Parts: sequence; structure tokens; C-alpha cells
Amino acid sequence: MSRTVPVRLVRSGRDRTMVTPEGIPLPLTLASRGSRAGALILDLTFIGLLILGTTIALISIAGGTLNLLSRADDATPIGHALQFLFIVWVAAMFLFRNAYFLFFELGPRGATPGKRIAGIRVAARDGGRLTAEMVIARNLLRDIELFLPIVFLASAQDGGDMGAAGLAATAWFLIFALFPFFNRDRLRAGDLIAGSWVVEAPRQRLEQAMSARIAQDAAEPRPDIGFTDAELAVYGEYELQTLERILRENRRESLQAVHETIAGKIGRPADEHPDRAFLEAYYTQLRARLEAGMRMGRRKADKYVPNG
Amino acid sequence: MALFGLFGKETAARDQAIEHAALRSDRFRMEREGDWKRLEAIVREMERGRFRKLSDDDLLALPALYRTVASSLSIARETSLDAATLAYLEGLVQRAWFVVYGPRATLGSWFRRFLGGGFSASVRGIAADILIALAVMIAGTVVGWLLVANDAEWYHALVPPQFADARVPGASREALHATLFGNTGQGGLSVFAAYLFSNNAQVSILAFALGFAFGVPSLLLLVQNTATLGAMLWLFHDAGLGIDFAGWLSVHGTTELLAILLAGAAGLHIGRSMAFPGERSVMQAASEAGTRAAQVMAGVVLMLVIAAMLEGFARQLIDDTPGRFIVGGAMLAFWIAYLFAFRGNAGK
Repeated sequence: MSRTVPVRLVRSGRDRTMVTPEGIPLPLTLASRGSRAGALILDLTFIGLLILGTTIALISIAGGTLNLLSRADDATPIGHALQFLFIVWVAAMFLFRNAYFLFFELGPRGATPGKRIAGIRVAARDGGRLTAEMVIARNLLRDIELFLPIVFLASAQDGGDMGAAGLAATAWFLIFALFPFFNRDRLRAGDLIAGSWVVEAPRQRLEQAMSARIAQDAAEPRPDIGFTDAELAVYGEYELQTLERILRENRRESLQAVHETIAGKIGRPADEHPDRAFLEAYYTQLRARLEAGMRMGRRKADKYVPNG
Repeated sequence: MALFGLFGKETAARDQAIEHAALRSDRFRMEREGDWKRLEAIVREMERGRFRKLSDDDLLALPALYRTVASSLSIARETSLDAATLAYLEGLVQRAWFVVYGPRATLGSWFRRFLGGGFSASVRGIAADILIALAVMIAGTVVGWLLVANDAEWYHALVPPQFADARVPGASREALHATLFGNTGQGGLSVFAAYLFSNNAQVSILAFALGFAFGVPSLLLLVQNTATLGAMLWLFHDAGLGIDFAGWLSVHGTTELLAILLAGAAGLHIGRSMAFPGERSVMQAASEAGTRAAQVMAGVVLMLVIAAMLEGFARQLIDDTPGRFIVGGAMLAFWIAYLFAFRGNAGK
């Protein structure tokens, strides 16, 4: 979707409404499963790189000689140093596996680097504050959802026997991997336990108001097109927003097609004015009419709503 | 709008633009755009974690700006049909909401609160599950003992091969004695401790996470682990080394078994809340239990770090049974006092 298209026009099954403590309903869009999977793959790649980097760094600190490790049991200074490095390595592995997600999801963005790239973040389902306990709970569950069956699968392969154990691990993995497909809010098991969900992080630039842009360009001579009330009464809010989108996208063919449709509908010749000038004038006046109606408590959702 | 007085010329130019705007909703927007942009700038900096760049004024203004923009959104929804403005406002209010109501605790500040009473409070919150898990663990130990006492072949089924090196039924008293004492000169202990910790931590995370399946696998895991313990107890008891084995085990075992008990209880807590949610919805029950159990699990990991250090160092360095009992008993007393008597500041 292009950045210039207002998201309000796009309604999907992923839209949810959350009520803030101020009592304002805010629309949220759940993250798509694809972007979540992508974010996870990115994060796992980052973790893999961190592990690789740490391992290489520690090995090079150890003198670049792996065969020294055979003397790690010796009570010599070099033995102690190598032992220490090994402990650092074990601790680093544990932290990368378990604390990576915690650290980033507790940050101000509520997202790991992978999620940030995918444009999604973690939020509390109840509209309240996202707490440290929630983040811990949702990430502890990741262990059984993801790491455990993979480790199990790897060890099953080691034994050369991929029969029952391999099948069980695969089934286990699939149950949790497909969990988000079997509930309405696309929760994985960890989200269910923690009371969290993953939503799209909003990123909407403020576009200049269409009508204001038209008013500002007043230097450019434009025909003064007036529409009668009856001519404006045929359309509603939905058509207005579609027209706004068409004007913002500013593609010649669609402008022309829409101009012809509207002109045909209200019984005007389609070649009387340039496409854009006609549509801008119609947009401004239709919006003025509909907004005036709103202030009076009359709304017209689309063209099928009768005028009353 | 006293704020606008600060910008002389700009205001005049804007006033002119507002007058020229064709629609009332555009005038509404132009009058407030300054506030929106300022909030967006503050939120953007905070999202990037650059708090230093923000002035005190900005931080103080954040809650008020958030409410102003939120009310702009409510008004715009009722008066404006400018889809781009509405989408922008919805996005901005949502981002500001994330900042204002986002995670307040960093990992560090959460950890301090956690040690200062959060851990023990959540442990007391799952007291009923701890009792059930304790009963299951005792039952598991007894079962392991009885099975092996009746038929020594059970030993090989219950004890994983890495423990069954010299410690097999029929081993001489001396061989068994040697596994308990005289290891003080052994090197590589710290490595062993680090490995043990990493291993045990994954096991207890598993015990917790399996609670998701209504708690049954958590209990099975507890039974399986304690049956191993019961079988080994019988083996050493049979060789007349029961007390020495208990001492050897108690150095780290009091901490480790307690941690495993808590992990199993945490898993059970989730499973029980999901199976019997009471008046709440299953989802709500699961998330309430899950966040409490997660606190307990963070503590379990911490306890396992301590247990691994005790196992790797203290057990090998203290080579007599009374000394081991003193260390193990002291640890047990400490944990019970900390977990069940210490109130801290969590309730406040």
C-alpha cells in the first residue's frame, strides 16, 4: 500500500478497537502472521550472528588455539583463564537465548530489532500498561514453542533414528507454530499466557489537507465550478474518501475515469472542465456539505443512504 | 491559545491561512497542527530512546499534549471527513499511547523491585500449587524408592545413564563412597557449574512452560525427576551411606529442588487457572496466572544460578557430611524465610 493512501479506507479482519484509559476508542491493526514470522527469522538471525561473534571473539581471546582447551582442567593460570572464558561463553549463550527478547521488548519501542524492521510491536491486550511480567511470560513460552522441538529434532537426527521421536517433535513444533491460525487474535501460546498481542506499529505522516492544498494553489487560475445541492446529494462519506484517495494518488487515467463517472451521474458534460479542477471542486464542496450535515447530526455513509 | 503568542510572524501567516481555508474542519486542523507536530516530535525522540535530547519542558508537556491530541481526535471524528487527518491522528494518538502507557520498568528497575519483594509475593500467590507440587515430588521420591527396592532392574529405567557411572545396584560401598567424598582436588569445577546451571535452567523452564497443557506434563516431569532421586536414595541407603548421600545432595539440592518445586508449581498454576477459570474468561485467567508464574520463573532461574555455584564449588570443597548439612540447611532456611516470610515493598 502506498504511503499516501489513508489507512482508514482499508478495512480488514485484522482491525481491533482498543479503548484508552481516557475513553477514546483507538483502532489497532494486528500484525499479520507473515510479518511476525519474518520478524522472528530476523531475530533468530541476529541471535545467531551474536552467538557466532561472541564465540569467535572468545576463541581468539583464548589465543586462537583450540587445542589449548585440552589443558583447561590443569590448575595452571592458563587453565583458569580458559575456564573463565568458557564460563563467559556458557553465560553468554544462555543470555542470548533468553534475555535478547526480554531486553528489547521492555525498551521504549516494545519490539525486538526484527519486529522493529517488520513494523510491529508488543502491546497489552487489555489496553493497559505492558508490564515486565507479561514480557517475561511470553518469552519463556518461546522455549517450548520453538527451541525445544528444534533441539529435540536435532538430537533425534544425531541418533540416526528419525522415526517416532522425529514425528513427535515435528507434530509438537507444528502445533505451536500453527497456534496463531486457530484463534481470532492470532495469539501464539506465549501471548495467550502473557495477556499480550502483537500489533502493527503505526507510522502515518501528516498529509496536507486536500481542500487546503486546493485553497493555497489559488494563484493558479482555475475555473469557478459551482455545484448545486442536488448534484452534491448523490454521494456519501465513502465516495468522498475514495475521491480523496484518487486525488492524492493523482493518476491521469483514474482521474479521468472518475470525472466521467461523476459527470455522468449528475448529468454534466465530461469535457467542460479539466479532470483535476472538476474533481477538486467537487471534493471540496461535497466535503463542506457532508461536514455541515455532520454538525447537524446527519451522516450519509455512502451513496445508497437516502437523503432525509 | 497563549502558546501561539510566542511565534509572532508565523502566527500572523498562519492566521491568514486559517482565514483562507475553505472548510471549517480545515480551520480546526490548522489551529491545532502545532500541538500535533510537537507531540509527534517528542514521541519520535522517545521511541528512538533519545531521552537526553528532550527538554524538561517537553517531558512535562507530554501528558497534556497527549490528552489534547486525543481530544482533537474525538472532535475530528465527529466533524471532519478528511481521511488523511483522521488516519494521522489515530496513528499519533496510538504512538503517544504506547509511550505514555508503554513498559515503564526497564529490565534493571524491574529487577530491583523483583528482589525487594516481588518474587516472594508471587511465590505466596501460588502457595496452593506449591503444596500440590510438593506432594507430587514426595510421592515421586517414594515411588522411585519402592520400585527399586522391589526390583533393582528399575534402577536403570529411572536413572539416566550419566548418573549411573559407578552408582549402580551392586556397586561396592567403597565405590559409592568415592563418588561422595574426596573430590576436592578436582579441577574444572567452575565449568561444570556453568554447564549444570544452563542445563537445569532449561529443564525448569520446560517444567513451567508445559503447564500450558493444563499442568499435567509439569507434574509428570516432577514425578520423573524425583523418581530418579528416590532410586538413588535407595541405592546409597542400601549401602549404608544414606545420611552421607543426603548431605552430599543437600548442599545444592535444597536450593535446586526448591527451584524445581517452584517451577513445577508455576506450571501447575497456569494449568489449574486455565482448567478452572472460575468467573473469569479462560484467556483472562491464563494471562493473570501467566504473569504471576513468570515472576516465579525469573526467581527460579536465579535460584538455579546459586544452586549451580553451590554444586560446582561448595559441594566439592566441603568434604564432610556435617559441614554439608550445615550449608544445605542454612540455604533452605534462607529460602524459606525469604520466600514465605519476607514481605518487602511489593504490596505497596
